[in-house]
Amino acid sequence: MQERLKELQQEAIQKIEQSSSLKELNDIRVAYLGKKGPITEVLRGMGKLSAEERPIMGALANEVREAIATTLEAKQKDLEEAAVLEKLASESIDVTLPGRPVKVGNHHPLTRIIEEIEDLFIGMGYQVAEGPEVEQDYYNFEALNLPKGHPARDMQDSFYITDEILLRTHTSPVQARTMEKNQGKGPIKIICPGKVYRRDNDDATHSHQFMQIEGLVVGENIRMSDLHGTLEIFAKKMFGEDREIRLRPSFFPFTEPSVEMDISCMICGGHGCNVCKKTGWIEILGAGMVHPNVLEMAGYDSKKYTGFAFGMGPERIAMLKYGVDDIRHFYTNDVRFLKQFSKHE
Amino acid sequence: MFVSYKWLQDYVDLSGVSASELAEKITKSGIEVEGVDVLNEGITGVVVGHVVERVQHPNADKLSKCQVDIGQGEPVQIICGAPNVAQGQKVAVATVGAVLPGNFKIKRAKLRGEESNGMICSLTELGVEAKVVPKEYSEGIFVFPQDAEVGTDAIALLNRNDEVLELGLTPNRADCLSMLGVAYEVGAILGREVKLPEIDVQPVNEKASDYITVKVEANEDNPLYAAKVIKNVKIGPAPLWMQTRLISAGIRPHNNVVDITNYILLEYGQPLHAFDYDRLGSKEILVRRAHDGEKFLTLDDVERTLTSDHLVITNGKEPVALAGVMGGANSEVTSDTTTVLLEAAYFTGGTVRKASKDHGLRSEASARFEKGVDPNRVRAAGERAAYLMARYAGGEVLEGASEVNTLTVEPAVVSITLEKINSVIGTNLTVQDVEAIFERLQFTVNVEENVITVTAPTRRGDIKIEEDLIEEVARLYGYDNIPKTLPIGSATPGKLSDYQEKRRIVRQYLEGAGLYQAVTYSLTSEEKAAQFALEKRDFIRLAMPMSEDRSILRLSIMPQLLEVLKYNSARQNDSLAVYETGAVFLANGNEVLPEEQEHLAGAVTGLWHSHSWQGEKKAVDFYVLKGILEGLFAKLGLTESVTYVQAKVDNMHPGRTAEIHLNGERIGFVGQVHPTMQKELDLKDTYVFELSLKAVLEEATTALRYEAIPRFPSITRDIALVVDKETVSGVLKDVIQSAGGKLLKEVSVFDLYEGDRMEEGKKSIAYSLKYMDPERTLTDEEVTKVHTQVLEALKTQAGAVLRG
Ligand SMILES: [Zn+2]
Repeated sequence: MQERLKELQQEAIQKIEQSSSLKELNDIRVAYLGKKGPITEVLRGMGKLSAEERPIMGALANEVREAIATTLEAKQKDLEEAAVLEKLASESIDVTLPGRPVKVGNHHPLTRIIEEIEDLFIGMGYQVAEGPEVEQDYYNFEALNLPKGHPARDMQDSFYITDEILLRTHTSPVQARTMEKNQGKGPIKIICPGKVYRRDNDDATHSHQFMQIEGLVVGENIRMSDLHGTLEIFAKKMFGEDREIRLRPSFFPFTEPSVEMDISCMICGGHGCNVCKKTGWIEILGAGMVHPNVLEMAGYDSKKYTGFAFGMGPERIAMLKYGVDDIRHFYTNDVRFLKQFSKHE
Repeated sequence: MFVSYKWLQDYVDLSGVSASELAEKITKSGIEVEGVDVLNEGITGVVVGHVVERVQHPNADKLSKCQVDIGQGEPVQIICGAPNVAQGQKVAVATVGAVLPGNFKIKRAKLRGEESNGMICSLTELGVEAKVVPKEYSEGIFVFPQDAEVGTDAIALLNRNDEVLELGLTPNRADCLSMLGVAYEVGAILGREVKLPEIDVQPVNEKASDYITVKVEANEDNPLYAAKVIKNVKIGPAPLWMQTRLISAGIRPHNNVVDITNYILLEYGQPLHAFDYDRLGSKEILVRRAHDGEKFLTLDDVERTLTSDHLVITNGKEPVALAGVMGGANSEVTSDTTTVLLEAAYFTGGTVRKASKDHGLRSEASARFEKGVDPNRVRAAGERAAYLMARYAGGEVLEGASEVNTLTVEPAVVSITLEKINSVIGTNLTVQDVEAIFERLQFTVNVEENVITVTAPTRRGDIKIEEDLIEEVARLYGYDNIPKTLPIGSATPGKLSDYQEKRRIVRQYLEGAGLYQAVTYSLTSEEKAAQFALEKRDFIRLAMPMSEDRSILRLSIMPQLLEVLKYNSARQNDSLAVYETGAVFLANGNEVLPEEQEHLAGAVTGLWHSHSWQGEKKAVDFYVLKGILEGLFAKLGLTESVTYVQAKVDNMHPGRTAEIHLNGERIGFVGQVHPTMQKELDLKDTYVFELSLKAVLEEATTALRYEAIPRFPSITRDIALVVDKETVSGVLKDVIQSAGGKLLKEVSVFDLYEGDRMEEGKKSIAYSLKYMDPERTLTDEEVTKVHTQVLEALKTQAGAVLRG
């Protein structure tokens, strides 16, 4: 009997070790450890044994049972692991195939430039002021020291609707309106972005519609040095800390003194290239101290108040910053153009 | 204005300052130098040669075989193709080894079998612009005066060893439209003296007033008219130095008399006019307004019809010049002229501007009058011209001038305090600093206490007010030397308005949803202006459009956006999603500003989603756009305020379009573009929306409040309903919601079936209803009770029965 049990143990363990599937393993379990299995049978025959032998045989039978069960368990674990590995292997994919695209659009490059400038000046305490694109001659010209018949009106051939109403030629009327609204009181710190219109034929460098962004500061002791400092901060934040600025005297009817600002060329670093016409400098914006006539017309005492204003073209800035070579791209909206402006920089 | 560096040295010492350094200094102190042209750049080896013999080339009709003495021993043989080459001429010879503009190297060559050792040059071959080459040399080589010395540098003789500064002048600096004006400016910048040109007239013993009388009937337009007479002039070429200076300044030489008037125009900024005295037809000059319809033949041989807006110089009867603009053919100086009547006058800017604009005659002269000449320089310019005519045209200058002068010249006197200067610029200049600057400008300065009184010379008509003085001080002090500070005073909060901030949110949201931002034109054509308009208004039309396509302000963004889709579609991008925010313009009547309403428009065409290698493709449909809008309104907290109403909109699909209502007001539409229009534009199925962004963004923002997360489970009941085909989901949902009461938390559609397993005219629509009580767990019985009410309401109010 003892021998028979040992034999069974050996036989079962051998079968377990040879088995290759969970099903086979289960069959072995049923065959050896089941109620109708040989061990149960051996135990059933224990009645014939003496009272002394019985516990010894019982213990031995349990030992055999346990040994088989342990081996079974171990084998089952092995087989299960193998099955998982096999399944995983069959699930492998080509990780080099392209992913599912996430549909996402982006800002128009001009909006991108304008928001960047807005944020920069908001950080310096400015508010964003907007105004109508269809304007009165008064706000577009007269309130800006450009009376009817002024030769500088030649410089801005305009789209008139009636004798007194036109498409604004710059965003400066927003400044005139803001000053008028403030009824002769300061301080004012605004930035005015928007669309403007001029009677130009559309070509690589001209557009009958374009953007402008202007700034205005009016207060009781605003100095030209404040303009200088403000423009330097703007230029460095917008075009890079290593940019240098240069101010040149200029002429605008609504400012006196008037200024044009150049920045050192970002393409060649100031050594001279085609973009800067070999000068090392690139013209970026016009500015100046608000003309006393403009202040007075808007109800400010020009003895008490001074101010500065500046204005620039987002198209020009975008063209310089991104190397765009034709202004018409901004209004054609070719998606191959638009989608290039998604990247953060 | 083109300024010759060499010429400028007649008036101001430029030693130690190169042309490019000068350009930099001028630019930094106020006048932009747009370029410096090195006239002899890339030219070497050109000398004066003497054509000692010229014979016909044996093998070529149009070539000459010349023996040319170039001052290097024996004459060299040069083959020349110019028709005007002749024996005895002094010419410019590019010798073997010479280099001409464009890196053109001169080599020894054989031309039709004959040896050629160099090239006889035309002026254009030496880099002179064709339009300023004197007419007699325009078809051939240039010929020097006989006194030119053989073998010397021809480029130097032609004054091409010079640099020309191109000044970009702003309208306020018309004073620099003259060499003298530039000299004063440069003198101020460098702190150097200005030397005035020589005038040394030795009049003959006859009076100009005996030859001519002057009357002016229009004193306001012409406050000063001076006529000088120079007799016995011999018309011929001007001296070479004068011709070359004109050429460098961009003016073509003609003859000595005309060239002298042009030379003075450049030197003094004062336009002059020379009449042939003998052709005048009278001894009288009368300046008057033209008669309406009066005819006049200008010297360019064009007959002009004048109006009373135009000022004319007449001989008492008929016009002989259009004042300040152009002379007449009838009195033009010719090669036979012997007596010159020289006009030096002051015409006002407005008069000349009107005439030059009306007749399309913009000239160097009219430009100067338009911008204003120096009233104090008019007579001096006339005297200097007379002097030069005596010297270079052999003329005899008659004594004095016939003159009408009603001009009162008052130089501007402006006072300012030192404190004002420093407080506006932000500097700490002393009185001495400021005084020195004005002295450099040759302005008269008077200082009393801290008040600085400046008298500006009449050549600087732009100096009128305190701020003009501040600018002069600032620019000569140097803008770059101004300190860099930031405004001080009460701080202002920098921020966007609510409206502006929400507009940015809208943009970000739409871009996150996959739409690209477009920016299109506000001006459109009559055909497109009214398409898709939310409101019908009168067109706002430009008075003078540049084209019919851009003549009317848009009433809707949509046509422009569809244009964008069409453009891209035609370039292999037929699946595309774009949006735009911008104003549309609603007329309010003729003399008032229109209402500018900011709109938002979106358009999606072709595939909305595709994943190529996985074979997934999903074309855009109505619900894609509606989903985008629902997300947008959710973001803005307007979900409850917005409804969609089936509607018909022009140019939109009649069955696939909804109006968007905000609090019951129509603010826009969403749907499919009408298939006919899609076809016209060559677009795939295209869905669009446009709405008043203004209306949306002006809705008050509601505060965000946290809502407790439910602690008790919900119970979901699904129902499939059979309803008439026309019954819309929105109605069923309303019925379910009102019958479901407080316990019904959510209703969602999960199936729609309209197939042939349904009875004719019916469809099946399935909803999932979620019941919940935040305070406790609901029992099945409680839910059943409410759910039964819902089913009952559906049946009675919407004729909906449960699908069997
Ligand atoms: Zn550069």
